[in-house]
Amino acid sequence: MTALLSLENVVRRFGEVEALRGISLDVGKGEIVGLLGPSGSGKTTLLRLAGLLDTPSGGRVLFDGKPVAAKGDRDILSRRRIAMILQKPVVFRGSVMRNATYGLRIRRVNEDEARDRALKALRKVGLGELGKRAASTLSGGEVQRLAFARAAVLRPDLLLLDEFTANLDPANITMLENGVRRFREGGGTVLMVTHNLAQGKRLADRVCLLLGGKLVEAGPSGKFFDAPETKEARDFLNGTMVW
Amino acid sequence: MMRVAELPIPPDELVEITLRSLLVSGVATVIGSAIAIPLGSLLGLTRFRGQRIARTILFTFYGFPPVVAGLIIFFLLSSKGPFGAYDALFTVEAMIMAELILVMPLVAGITMSSVAEVDQSILDTARALGASKRQVRATALREARSGVMTGIMVAFGGAVSEVGAAMLVGGNIQYSTRVLTTAVVQETRLGNFEYAAALGGILLVITFGIYFVLGYFQEKGPR
Repeated sequence: MTALLSLENVVRRFGEVEALRGISLDVGKGEIVGLLGPSGSGKTTLLRLAGLLDTPSGGRVLFDGKPVAAKGDRDILSRRRIAMILQKPVVFRGSVMRNATYGLRIRRVNEDEARDRALKALRKVGLGELGKRAASTLSGGEVQRLAFARAAVLRPDLLLLDEFTANLDPANITMLENGVRRFREGGGTVLMVTHNLAQGKRLADRVCLLLGGKLVEAGPSGKFFDAPETKEARDFLNGTMVW
Repeated sequence: MMRVAELPIPPDELVEITLRSLLVSGVATVIGSAIAIPLGSLLGLTRFRGQRIARTILFTFYGFPPVVAGLIIFFLLSSKGPFGAYDALFTVEAMIMAELILVMPLVAGITMSSVAEVDQSILDTARALGASKRQVRATALREARSGVMTGIMVAFGGAVSEVGAAMLVGGNIQYSTRVLTTAVVQETRLGNFEYAAALGGILLVITFGIYFVLGYFQEKGPR
């Protein structure tokens, strides 16, 4: 499988702290890869590097075979093929519709098409009737659904999800997970951080376990959950890991 | 009570003075904001060497004495100054230039502080959805809209109420550069205290009206 995203020996330091310590990882086109690990293991840092929101202190990030960097607008064309949903999604001032069309408007998609596409995306997450509402009045769960629609409407090649269903009820989790499946069926690639092991098992083709900024184990989802190779992975899955 | 015929300034001239006050301060605020808002957003969102010094200099200009601003423009436009050939001293244009010096630091500084307060996650979200640097700045400005509007209002208030610069580079020339504030000074000197107070009242009412409209847009903006 051709890699859409590759991390080559990526290091990220914040002062004295080494958040990522030589991570190498490929995400193939059309694949859903889950990033697992305890809090503070470097998952979000890795996702931000993949989304070109941050620059590694060492190593390289390649998108579609080309080295890319988060510096300024140098690789904006690559960045516009990626969309990321942050761990704590926020809304811009204005209506739900204005939020949903944000990425399309900055890509100069004409207004009618943008509204049409956004409305379809909002309907898929159950927000079709709320287009005119001020986004600031949405509940936490509605904001998460809006964030998903706002990213998915861009039809990116790579969708980065950082705990995109945290704090949602089961019905909404199912709704967004179905959205991820539809996105993949349309040819999209997903790299997602999750603390929900069951979700990792349901959605991911492959999972990677990060511990202390290192990639401890990576492999097909079924194998990882049923027969993990490392002691760390077994402890993590059993909930007996002391970290 | 004075009758119309006894008024120190006839009504038609008073209207002219009032409109000139609005023109000078309005144009200075519009041009100043057009320059200062992008500058303020750049300073508020970009990290660069010497940023702290740049900010401190900008804040220092908050208290820039209007008369010094007038003096600078006077020097530049006087017959011996570098732009003396343009013969622009004692014109409305010269007054606008002097007020620009007062308006720009206020708008730039308040814009800078307002955009710097915008939540980093808003900026990250904009980037994560594909915004360029310029589009991220535009998004930050929209999010900081209330603060930016406050900057514009404060700057307009400063421009419409200042007298030192307007007097120095405008000269308070009848039918040419006289504005409400310089007229107040003149009528006070002439002992027409009631009339000077009435002019001050007009200035206050106009300022209130403009703030009312600007405040409406400030509050009406998207939540």
